[in-house]
Amino acid sequence: MNKKRLQKRSIFLVVYLVLAVLPIYWMINMSFKTNEEILSGFSLFPRTFTFDNYKTIFTDASWYSGYINSLIYVGINMVITITVALPAAYAFSRYSFLGDRQVFFWLLTNRMTPPAVFLLPFFQLYTTLGLMDTHIAVALAHLLFSVPLAVWILEGFMSGIPREIDETAYIDGYSFPRFFITIFLPLIKAGVGVTAFFCFMFSWVELLLARTLTSVNAKPIVATMTRTVSASGMDWSLLAAAGVLTIIPGAIVIWFVRHYIAKGFAMGRV
Amino acid sequence: MKPVNQKAWWLILPVILCVAFSAILPLMTVVNYSVQDIISPESKVFVGTEWFSNVMRDQDLHAALGRQLIFSFAVLLVEIPLGIMLALSMPADGWKASLVLVIVALSLLIPWNVVGTIWQIFGRTDIGLLGATLQKIGIDYSYTGNARDAWLTVLLMDTWHWTPLVALLCYAGLRSIPDAYYQAASVDGASKFAVFRYIQLPKMRGVLVIAVLLRFMDSFMIYTEPFVLTGGGPGNSTTFLSQFLTQKAVGQFDLGPAAAFSLIYFLIILLLCFILYNWMQRVGTADAQEGQS
Repeated sequence: MNKKRLQKRSIFLVVYLVLAVLPIYWMINMSFKTNEEILSGFSLFPRTFTFDNYKTIFTDASWYSGYINSLIYVGINMVITITVALPAAYAFSRYSFLGDRQVFFWLLTNRMTPPAVFLLPFFQLYTTLGLMDTHIAVALAHLLFSVPLAVWILEGFMSGIPREIDETAYIDGYSFPRFFITIFLPLIKAGVGVTAFFCFMFSWVELLLARTLTSVNAKPIVATMTRTVSASGMDWSLLAAAGVLTIIPGAIVIWFVRHYIAKGFAMGRV
Repeated sequence: MKPVNQKAWWLILPVILCVAFSAILPLMTVVNYSVQDIISPESKVFVGTEWFSNVMRDQDLHAALGRQLIFSFAVLLVEIPLGIMLALSMPADGWKASLVLVIVALSLLIPWNVVGTIWQIFGRTDIGLLGATLQKIGIDYSYTGNARDAWLTVLLMDTWHWTPLVALLCYAGLRSIPDAYYQAASVDGASKFAVFRYIQLPKMRGVLVIAVLLRFMDSFMIYTEPFVLTGGGPGNSTTFLSQFLTQKAVGQFDLGPAAAFSLIYFLIILLLCFILYNWMQRVGTADAQEGQS
């Protein structure tokens, strides 16, 4: 790679990153301001620096329990998703069977239903089952979009692993579960990490289903946030502070999977 | 060729059960609504395909569908190339790579209603950075008053929000290309563009398929962000399909027509995704054959 080219790319990257950070900076900026200051005029830095918004979130149970609820159902969702998606992705990448292409595509079609009208049947279904306002309900509902995504991404990774590895292991007398856990999984741990991040991300920010299926006990942070909109006017600064705090768990997740993304994602599907 | 093994069905059964649990019943319920006139939960009248033909003739729907198609293709045209460029320019390893990855991923992690709210302030000319800056350099900008500005703001917001998804997928795809390919290319004296066209792009095809499909279907169902930012206005300029549907379903409480609309909506996305998917598969296969010959 020649020098000039490299420079041009770095400049592009830096410009993009700066522009991308600006709205986030504005959110952080707002979170340290008072509502009066936000609405009264333009200022690049908070003039009356305040931690009140963060204090509210950390001391008010209706706020911080939102984070805990979200983390619980996102966690359940991730565990179930990865557990069921791994064998399925293996089947899709290794075998052909009746209806394989159709099922593979069908999975993805479950991400394509416009939520507005589907919310009501969801509400009815989960009410009938007595699962309303539980973490498991939201986790199960989110499987609808996280599982297809996980299967698609994992299948890509697995297809990148040569089939000879499987065959050699079977000849060596490995059983399927033992081969899968001790040989195959370490090879695709990159894919598992990335899939986990995307599952986390989509489940974490999903609002409509999570709000429909919960009321008090499992109310997620995204639903708590909409409350600031309907209260007396709009509590911009509190919302901004809550927004800043919603980024943090995801940032931690990506920090843990960063090496996997950098080194190994998508050895397959190529 | 993959070996035929019908027992593989046992491996995908849990996935099917998990997804079908939340998919089949709601879908069937919506189908059920769509052929009935629901006056109250107790009195329902079977109306057959009446709602479907009504919805198909609805002029407002055609307008919303048109706006939606233009928006979704604009999203693809902007975000896919930008995401690829971003992925190509991200450092391959070291602390810089870690830092850049985390920064790039930040916008994905903000709940969608917060995204809309932040941009609502961000774009205001009196108190927002974007609006104020545009005003300073002499552009008469107003996302609440001007239809074009509103549309562009929604597109800009979506680009900011979702380009990282494309970039992360492509970046990971790029990292999986063995160095041997690049060495071979430099021995052949291949140009930068040739390396991109014949090595990097084909190797990214798989992740690009996922990225294009995800971006297409998600942008086709975009709801929360424009709803919070512009409320669909000014006029109807940013009323995309999903919002139009919600107005019908919640605002007017026409469950039957709204359900018929949902199903048509779903079928449109399905059809377009199917076409995109098959087209990308074909382009990819043709490429691979060209590369071998």
